[in-house]
Amino acid sequence: MKTEQLIDLLSTNLEPVDTQKVVRSLWIAIVAGLVLASLTCIVTLGIRQDLSNPGVLGFLFAKIGFAAAVTILGWSLLAKHTRPGGENHSRIFLTGVPFIALVALATVNLILVPASHWGQLVTGERLLQCLLSIPVMAIVPFAVIVWAVRNAAPTNLLRTGALTGLVAGGIGAIAYALHCPNDSLPFIAFWYGGAIVFCALAGAVLGPRLLRW
Amino acid sequence: MRALMIAGLAGDGVAYRTLLSELSGHLRAYYAGRLVRAGRGTEEVEDLVQEALIAVHARRHTYDPAQLLTPWVYAIARYKLIDHLRQNRSARANVPIEDAAEIIAADGGQAMESHFDLNKLLARLPEKVRLAIQYVKIDGLSVAEAAARCGISQSAIKMNVHRGLKQLSAVISQEKTK
Repeated sequence: MKTEQLIDLLSTNLEPVDTQKVVRSLWIAIVAGLVLASLTCIVTLGIRQDLSNPGVLGFLFAKIGFAAAVTILGWSLLAKHTRPGGENHSRIFLTGVPFIALVALATVNLILVPASHWGQLVTGERLLQCLLSIPVMAIVPFAVIVWAVRNAAPTNLLRTGALTGLVAGGIGAIAYALHCPNDSLPFIAFWYGGAIVFCALAGAVLGPRLLRW
Repeated sequence: MRALMIAGLAGDGVAYRTLLSELSGHLRAYYAGRLVRAGRGTEEVEDLVQEALIAVHARRHTYDPAQLLTPWVYAIARYKLIDHLRQNRSARANVPIEDAAEIIAADGGQAMESHFDLNKLLARLPEKVRLAIQYVKIDGLSVAEAAARCGISQSAIKMNVHRGLKQLSAVISQEKTK
């Protein structure tokens, strides 16, 4: 095939395109992912019963706040990475800020209490459930976001995959927070943080395979 | 070139054709240089030029008109080069990150021919998609005429054309690995 012939083919009956479509479908994916993950949590685990207690509600906001910060930061970087060359002007290290901030708060919290309480604060109740639930609830959002990203054109698949996993993990954590019975900052820092990081790593592994175009 | 691209995004076929012609020259020069540096022959240059043009076209909605065009094209060109070298199991598939300005540095001269056979590539697409591309993109029928011939809606024709051009990239990479 001659290149001239290909250019003719591509430019004949050219359709106008919408350059905002990429960002819009990412938005839809995030919202859909959040709704689906929350429903999964509500249906399978149920919302925590004692939310009328102000202390409990405060921790719910802390959990959701942390997870939402991770999600929003990850989302804004992901939106850049879905355009070719976008990775060159994105500050990926910013994704670490919510994690570092929370670990700092958790450390202060641990310093302020006697060492005998540390075990309870860090491991809490049903640790395994938290560690498993966040990644499991991140699966559906991950699939929806991958669908949106595949319609775009990421040129750094490893990083884009990691950001997709990070955002999905953040959404999974928001959903799981509705049920989570543990109210301690160190718990959130280690296990919410850890579960979200795990999701990001899984995304980095899957990215190059799922997002290739 | 950016103005041509913006006009092309709005549906101006003439501006778009001019843009693609200019881009093909730059891409040719870029790939010729890179393939030599990767220790490869230049016979694959035109294949890569055409793959990149199809990618630019199928992903043109990911260009942000507020940004410069060259880095965007360059990122696509580099992505397709790395993909190509990886698929061909090159031992020296390391592509350095250079200055994006290099891509507009030179023009590769005369248009050439790739190893792809358009009819063979099209034959591998699903019937509906193939017909849509044949009528609208090759025979130059309007979308309305093509819709009447295929007996489907105009939006379905547009969808099939779009999908088909995207699938061409996939078909080409399958061809290459054979």
